[in-house]
Amino acid sequence: MSTTGTGEAASGTGAVEMEGAALAFGDRTLWSGLDLRVEPGEFVAVLGPNGSGKTTLLKVLLGLQALSAGTVRVAGTAPGKGNHRVGYVPQQRAMDQQLTLRGRDLVGLGLDGDRWGTGLRGMRARRRKVDEAVESVGATSYASSPVGVLSGGEQQRLRVAQALIGEPDLLLCDEPLASLDLTHQRTVTELIERRRRETGTAVLFVTHEINPVLPHVDRVLYLVGGRFLIGTPSEVMTSETLTELYGAPVEVVRVGGQIHVAGAQSALCEDTVHHHEHDHTEPV
Amino acid sequence: MDKLFDVELTARLLQLDFVLMALGAAAVLGLVAGALGPLIVMRRMSFAVHGTAELAFTGAAAALLLGIGVSYGALAGAVIAALLLGLLGGRESERDSVIGVILSFGLGLGVLLLWFYDGRSSNKFGILVGQIVAIEQQDLELLVGSAVVVLIVLAVIYRPLLFATVDPAVAVARGVPVRWLSPLFAVLVGVATALGVQIVGALLVVALMVTPAAAAARVTSSPWRATVLAVVFAEAAALGGIVLSLAPGAPVSFFVTAISFTIYLVCRVIAYLRGRQRSLRDLSGSDSPRAAVRPS
Repeated sequence: MSTTGTGEAASGTGAVEMEGAALAFGDRTLWSGLDLRVEPGEFVAVLGPNGSGKTTLLKVLLGLQALSAGTVRVAGTAPGKGNHRVGYVPQQRAMDQQLTLRGRDLVGLGLDGDRWGTGLRGMRARRRKVDEAVESVGATSYASSPVGVLSGGEQQRLRVAQALIGEPDLLLCDEPLASLDLTHQRTVTELIERRRRETGTAVLFVTHEINPVLPHVDRVLYLVGGRFLIGTPSEVMTSETLTELYGAPVEVVRVGGQIHVAGAQSALCEDTVHHHEHDHTEPV
Repeated sequence: MDKLFDVELTARLLQLDFVLMALGAAAVLGLVAGALGPLIVMRRMSFAVHGTAELAFTGAAAALLLGIGVSYGALAGAVIAALLLGLLGGRESERDSVIGVILSFGLGLGVLLLWFYDGRSSNKFGILVGQIVAIEQQDLELLVGSAVVVLIVLAVIYRPLLFATVDPAVAVARGVPVRWLSPLFAVLVGVATALGVQIVGALLVVALMVTPAAAAARVTSSPWRATVLAVVFAEAAALGGIVLSLAPGAPVSFFVTAISFTIYLVCRVIAYLRGRQRSLRDLSGSDSPRAAVRPS
């Protein structure tokens, strides 16, 4: 892995290159001094409590939010300029049942929804591409149903197809597994992972729960209250490092290949931080 | 009452110039209304269409008083309304009430303007409930010109607009300029509404702009097919309404709205029957295990 710094032309273009990046709203700093380089084919999980600036980081990479300081490049260009090389998978939301839109139309919008003009030329090639994208996520059987009547898991599969149909170099995921059951969490994760393995698409995966993606994660970016840590899961996800990051006692428990962070959530609240143990029985 | 279906009389009237002019105007309006309709329905703009139409009425009333062409007045009123609604009703929670506030004031202003006007009173009534027989060559030219502009702009922005309508979060992420597509579409709707005011009147524009698309949305979920169906339905209502009104000499507006409403009802029935068929099939598919569990 290359080091962060200047003059890296020789080592190729990273999917994401951030240097000294800072973001502040008024006197509130979300994060500062952030150096992050995501290589092609790398899977980076972005963790942290609510309000720590995870989603805002994605906005910066999409060109929707300017940095307060520092530089950022996405797929070699300024963010927002090369958006067709970036796929975006949002959190699952309920969609209007009466929406005049089929699953395959949702996927098709990922291909050319941002282009002007009718696009009547090349309809056949478009149809084939949409069919392929729909099939690659195993959604063929319900692709012609209205999106509003599909289940959350079915919608998220189509979302992945929508994000991948443009063959992106970078995939930005904003809590795509939230509100899905375990089976669908696994399917959606595997679809994303397969893409990364097969075509070297870099993945930046914002999540509040690392376990569903843990087997695939190369590095973790952990954001807490203006501070952050970057490293492999085994470096970052330990009681010592997270306690230091949160500035409050945090215990990381590993059970059956899963990581559970205890105490982190109460660090969010204004009241005293309690050290929650899983066998804690006393009333707090 | 037998005049209602007098085919011979209808055929004779269909040869008159002013009737052909009216049919031409209605055909143009049906095309524009049908093309915009599905997006209006999906963007939940039915009430905005109504509000815009009321302000087209105000503009038309002002034009009548000033002695300018009514169509120009309607156009100006509707475009100003569309911009006002776009500027003041940015937040969804506020939109409904802003429309209500603006439309009621506009309507009141229009009533005052008409009170000042001392020309033919049928002109006054015409702007509210339609005056298609009064379409003149110059109106038709403006109508066709505006319709062509609306359809060209719609064709250019169609895909980003659909994206922004059905999937705003991802559309923003993909760089679609959601913020100025909304007011632009509102202006397109405003222009189309002004055209409709000429034909079915300010109070009944919704029957052509919204009802056909709402009917189409009941029977298909493909955006393209919904647009084609909405155009067909709007044409059927607009052209059919005029033809049916010829022999009895009854108001066009009734026939237009009646056809539109009937199509809507039929589409709802079709959707209901399809839904029942589907649930019956689902039931019979899972019938045996459920029957086994059920206590005797």
